[in-house]
Amino acid sequence: MAASILRRCRASLQARHRRVGVIAALQSGALGRRPESSPARESGVAPWVAVVGLEIHAQISSNSKLFSSSQVQFVAPPNSLVSFFDASLPGTLPVLNKRCVEAAVMTSLALNCSINKKSLFDRKHYFYADLPAGYQITQQRLPIAVNGRLSYSFWESGKKDRMVTRSVRIKQIQLEQDSGKSLHDDIRSQTLIDLNRAGVGLMEVVMEPDMSSGEEAAAAVRELQLILQTLGSSQAIMAEGQLRVDANVSVHHLGEPYGVRTEVKNINSARFLARAIDYEIQRQIKELENGGTVLNETRAFDHKLGCTISMRDKEGKQDYRFMPEPNLPPLILYDTKSLPANTSHQQVVNIDWIRERLPDLPSVKREKLVEQYGILPEHSFTLLNEEGLTEFFENVVKQTQMNPKKVIGWILNDTLGYLKQHNLTVKESPVSSLFLADLLNLQERRAISSSAAKQVLAELWKGEGKTPFQIVKEKKLELLQDQQELEQICQDVMDGHQEEVKEIKQGNRKVLNKLIGLVQRATRGRADPVLVKQTLEKRLSQ
Amino acid sequence: MWVLRLGRCFSGAASGGASSGSRLARAAPGGGRQEAAGDPGCKGRVFQNPTWQHVEQTPLSQKKVTVEVLDHLERLALVDFRNWEGVQQLEKAIQFADQLHAVNTEGVEPMDSVLEDRCLYLREDNITEGNCTEELLQNAKEKVEEYFVAPPGNIPLAKLEERDTCLQVSK
Repeated sequence: MAASILRRCRASLQARHRRVGVIAALQSGALGRRPESSPARESGVAPWVAVVGLEIHAQISSNSKLFSSSQVQFVAPPNSLVSFFDASLPGTLPVLNKRCVEAAVMTSLALNCSINKKSLFDRKHYFYADLPAGYQITQQRLPIAVNGRLSYSFWESGKKDRMVTRSVRIKQIQLEQDSGKSLHDDIRSQTLIDLNRAGVGLMEVVMEPDMSSGEEAAAAVRELQLILQTLGSSQAIMAEGQLRVDANVSVHHLGEPYGVRTEVKNINSARFLARAIDYEIQRQIKELENGGTVLNETRAFDHKLGCTISMRDKEGKQDYRFMPEPNLPPLILYDTKSLPANTSHQQVVNIDWIRERLPDLPSVKREKLVEQYGILPEHSFTLLNEEGLTEFFENVVKQTQMNPKKVIGWILNDTLGYLKQHNLTVKESPVSSLFLADLLNLQERRAISSSAAKQVLAELWKGEGKTPFQIVKEKKLELLQDQQELEQICQDVMDGHQEEVKEIKQGNRKVLNKLIGLVQRATRGRADPVLVKQTLEKRLSQ
Repeated sequence: MWVLRLGRCFSGAASGGASSGSRLARAAPGGGRQEAAGDPGCKGRVFQNPTWQHVEQTPLSQKKVTVEVLDHLERLALVDFRNWEGVQQLEKAIQFADQLHAVNTEGVEPMDSVLEDRCLYLREDNITEGNCTEELLQNAKEKVEEYFVAPPGNIPLAKLEERDTCLQVSK
């Protein structure tokens, strides 16, 4: 069975079209895969439109769990962070964690939601070994927040320089419990259950199906991740399961009603999210074009094969038999106007108090960077996307006279480029902001040329602890000041390349770059490129 | 069938099964929403005289339970109705519960639980529980290196046709 899945996936991988357009208007003919498609068909059929909705579970960053005071920690000996309530022993009752409520309120405010001052808890029943109680406490009837909006930006595929900004509506945010972890042991036909994660607080963010491609979904998730990390309400590390995303995908012809949707699960990173959604869109289109139907089912994403596989484990539609949680009264939130008189401060969650203390959200941080340093909005996105990069950039700017607009090039191209190449984080960078600032100062003071600066930087990456100044001295990379020496070198290069000189004199300016390159090589990059060009041009015109 | 006039006055537990007539035990209720007791001088607020009302059995309450519904219930709740008697019990239970429809609830807000007017206590985010692995595993039938052991995945129930319980519901 695995072999046939493999064959099917490989076939679809080869056939699939990687770039999904902005409105995801995919002309079935435009895929260009079947040269035999009839022209009549191509002209008469409306383009395909994909509809993508996300359900996101974010693990709340708190010391203890949502309804019990056992610890929240990713790695721990099995079943060591479990209280009697988490193990669902009879006689135990849920006690709500104030920190989890505050985290949910912060997140709801950051996503522009209306907060329900009264929200209710419900039980969602289903049987699974990692859910010891047989039900999950969630907020189905009246969640803590509704009707929000999340703005995100991404580089439109095919147009690398322009960022597109979109927004997706947030249907609701609710508090709920996490389940335990099950480890399947197929050899011994058993499942091992670890309840350390059972009962941890989750915020479920339900988005409306406003998106239409994998890259949009990935951008929205990335922005949500940044917001959660800025607020501190969740660390949102997908690899550690702190941020879990399920995608609902369907396709239909433009103008027609929505198609049947499938749910895609088991997505472990933002990158896989885009891939999984794009694959599923293509799979559904292909299925429908071949006269088949799309089943309303759950599919798992296999990141190694790059395809989704049906999880035919479900027996028909699940009936969760929602009922109110009888052990928890409604959750009441207050604002400054409705603060109760005789209640202890500790027992009150004040929405206005939390709103006043919200940190700057990523969108605000980006605006400030653009305004303060004059960099492009695209630059601010890259700065925020990389952990620690903004700080690094600001530190360099503080310690150098170079214009921030020029510094940003050194940060985004050279520094970030090197880090990515060697798979390092900003924290692990062998070049400190101080050294980079020193280097840029040397260039600003015209002590070295820009090409020499790049050579020094390459040397600095070795992380041997030498300062830029020391490297310049050692490698004798000081700026070539002697104009006569430069003129001589230019003349030597011209003499050695009569052909090229002739071509330039005939009007082929591009060959000049070759000569400039040769001069630079001869000077080991010590000469100012602008001056080299001027000198050559002067000589050539003589 | 008897039914007690219900309002939001009493806090108490319901006891009793489907077969015999049930009685609703009333604990001493608090609050001022109590219907006036007959004798103002008596201790507690228990009515002096029973206030049972007979409820007419409407034809609606004779609804039969179909095989599909039974199948669905068995999967959801993992119960086994086993035989015709079990199904009869179920039908009687449904009939008994349907008596609630006789109560006039116009203008009355549905109640979730008797605690719904209480304040929800908010706990501080401190770690005070956990680290009792041994104790928890004491109850486990099987364990492997501090993990609980469960059967693999969800074992699907046999299809309706293949099951050996004979349900003769169609009467």
